[in-house]
Amino acid sequence: MAAAHEVQHHTSTGVDNRKLLMWVFLASECLFFGTLISTYLIFKGESLVPPRPEDVLDIPLTSASTFVLLMSSLTMVLAVYGAQHGRIGMMKGMLLCTVLLGLGFLGFQVYEFMHFVHEGLSLSTNQFGASFYVLTGFHGFHVGIGVLYLTSLLIGSMRRHGLGRDRDLWVDTAGLYWHFVDIVWIVIFTIIYLMPH
Amino acid sequence: MATAVGTVGQATQPSKIWSWMTTVDHKKIASLYGITGFTFFLIGGIEALLVRTQLAVPQGNVIDADLYNQLFSTHALTMIFLAIMPLGASFFNYFIPLHIGARDVAFPRLNMLGYWMYLSGGLLLTLSFFFGGAPDGGWFGYAPLSTETYSPGRNMDFYTVSLLILGTSSLIASLNFIVTIINMRAPGMTMMRLPVYMWMTLVVSFLLVLSLPVVTVGMIQLYFDRNFGTNFFLPAEGGDPLLWQHIFWIFGHPEVYVLILPSMGIVSEVIPVMSRKPLFGYAAIVFAGAAIGVLGFGVWSHHMFTTGLGTVPQVVFSASTMAIGIPTGIKIFNWLGTMYGGNIRFNTAMYFAVGFIALFTIGGISGVMHASPAVDTQHQDTYFVVAHIHYVLFGGAIMGIFSGIYFWFPKMTGRFLGESLGKLSFWVIFVGMNATFFPMHFLGISGMPRRIYTYEEGMGWDTWNMVATIGSYILAFGVLLFVINFFKSMRQPQTAGDNPWNAPTLEWATSSPPPEHNFDVVPEVHDRDPLWYNRDHGIELPARPEHLHIHMPPPSYYPMILAGGVLLIGLGLLAHLGVAVAGALVVIYSVWGWALEPTD
Ligand SMILES: [Cu+2]
Repeated sequence: MAAAHEVQHHTSTGVDNRKLLMWVFLASECLFFGTLISTYLIFKGESLVPPRPEDVLDIPLTSASTFVLLMSSLTMVLAVYGAQHGRIGMMKGMLLCTVLLGLGFLGFQVYEFMHFVHEGLSLSTNQFGASFYVLTGFHGFHVGIGVLYLTSLLIGSMRRHGLGRDRDLWVDTAGLYWHFVDIVWIVIFTIIYLMPH
Repeated sequence: MATAVGTVGQATQPSKIWSWMTTVDHKKIASLYGITGFTFFLIGGIEALLVRTQLAVPQGNVIDADLYNQLFSTHALTMIFLAIMPLGASFFNYFIPLHIGARDVAFPRLNMLGYWMYLSGGLLLTLSFFFGGAPDGGWFGYAPLSTETYSPGRNMDFYTVSLLILGTSSLIASLNFIVTIINMRAPGMTMMRLPVYMWMTLVVSFLLVLSLPVVTVGMIQLYFDRNFGTNFFLPAEGGDPLLWQHIFWIFGHPEVYVLILPSMGIVSEVIPVMSRKPLFGYAAIVFAGAAIGVLGFGVWSHHMFTTGLGTVPQVVFSASTMAIGIPTGIKIFNWLGTMYGGNIRFNTAMYFAVGFIALFTIGGISGVMHASPAVDTQHQDTYFVVAHIHYVLFGGAIMGIFSGIYFWFPKMTGRFLGESLGKLSFWVIFVGMNATFFPMHFLGISGMPRRIYTYEEGMGWDTWNMVATIGSYILAFGVLLFVINFFKSMRQPQTAGDNPWNAPTLEWATSSPPPEHNFDVVPEVHDRDPLWYNRDHGIELPARPEHLHIHMPPPSYYPMILAGGVLLIGLGLLAHLGVAVAGALVVIYSVWGWALEPTD
């Protein structure tokens, strides 16, 4: 029976199927965000009416939310470490921290969106509004999916058998996704907030 | 844990339909893709026949302009997304595991999810005719024509939503195929021993994985423009119509290779077998396929030469478009070189393969003509382009698919397709195809624009339009002959045997049709043509062990529920966002059920 299992899990490259799936999926996601970012850059400075980026963007506030998201990558690394070294308490704690930090980032984003709408920037106001909301909105959507993903793992790890024998693989693969979403945010933050308008 | 073979339906004997709906067996999923894809092929064909009937004579009045727009748009969308791609996916599904010596794909349930989402998107797109009108802005949905200002009905919302669902379905399938080919190969099956068909599958899957996200963003932006008030594509509000064209064609050109490469892969399997000699220049054909995949991402603006890109982009895209003709040409010489000096068996599969080479070459040549911006400007939006694309997609993709059907039918069913009816259907299809599409070259040169629902008398277009319409009916009759042949052959006894063509690849090492677990013993591979190598070196396949302890994944209904949730989201985007929220909850529920479902 053990042999049957090894056969089932043996792969030609040695990388587990699920992990390889995640890698190829993230390659696809690169193009997804690449297109959204290109759209933003194409419309940069093309808005016919205000508000323009310099009128509404609050760099200190978003720097804080960026820091929150960066910290979540750190806790994610620690969760993967815990999963790989059998330190289950650490894994659960760090997964919880990552989820909370992710929710914190989303909180910042909701606040920012509400603030911008208050300032008169909506989806239909101008090119900046359309490309900004769609780009950062879809990034936030990915963070939200990540939060659900990690929450599911957290709940799964509380079951009697925990995450089972593939525990480290589950957490590691989720980590790939989480770090990717984080890296995408660094690019978005640089392009929207830090590059001169 | 060591379950006996054929776990499906063993315990409780669920109904046959239920076992098909919950199957995760790649061969059954392939059949579902194949039957559904062929049905949509017939639907798309009927749409085309209506278009041709309307155009048979000047000032025809069979259908009105509005319905005409819906029919030609839906014909293209149906043939591309609901017929050719799924028929390709059908062969991929069936033969990836058999070609690489695996028991199934890497993710059997994802595989079924891909099918269900394909069916959902296909039904949504087709049934749109009855719910406010089908897409009517061409398969490329050029903005701003496709925005709410110029297309106020629901038509183009059906377009964005169904393409989003179909795109996700293809993405899921492609991810699965990539992981399977890279990771599930039998011992000894190195990458450079993979059948050419597997290489083409891999290239196609990568093309889709990297191009679908781009058009997904385009569809989202168009949907937002139409429903949430953004102005991505409306120039009056600061939007950029060219952005849509760039986004669409960055996907759209690789998509052309997504449609043709599978058929190139099929004839690369058929021709060596029927010529009874190994493929000439394996490495060249593999690298040419990969080169097409890479270059395919760098030629998209040849669809936009008339938009005023400027001289430098025109020169660059002109050069890259000419360059992509080189690897394509290499492949043609590989096939000819394989046939040269071979002891050729001219059966129906080979007829279609040779027909593929001839007709695809015509389509390729008329394609590379448009690498020249000057020629392209002359031909833009004329019937010449319609002729070109149909030589590539019908003369190429569909002929290749027919070749594959005749070639692999014995493996899939244990029966041969009738040869005499097969050859007759080939000739009828071949004549009909050329009668339909060759005159379109003349029509285009003499200035007939595409996408017009009628034309005046005395433009010099009357004769060739009539010929094309008659040709399309001949073509349809040829397809009908194939359908008759299929049903006739399905009633024959299963006499094909394991390897009726004496072919070299692994799928022929197992029974016809193969058992659910594909191989009793996973074969070891010593050569690019494993079965020929074994034959020449006197290597016997390992005998069937007395007790099989093969564990196949159990059936699952979660893919169906998940796809139902996705369909609800799609309907919600068309009707009421509340329905979309309900759909999202169904998706979350089924992902959970999926993750917790025991697969051992
Ligand atoms: Cu092209």
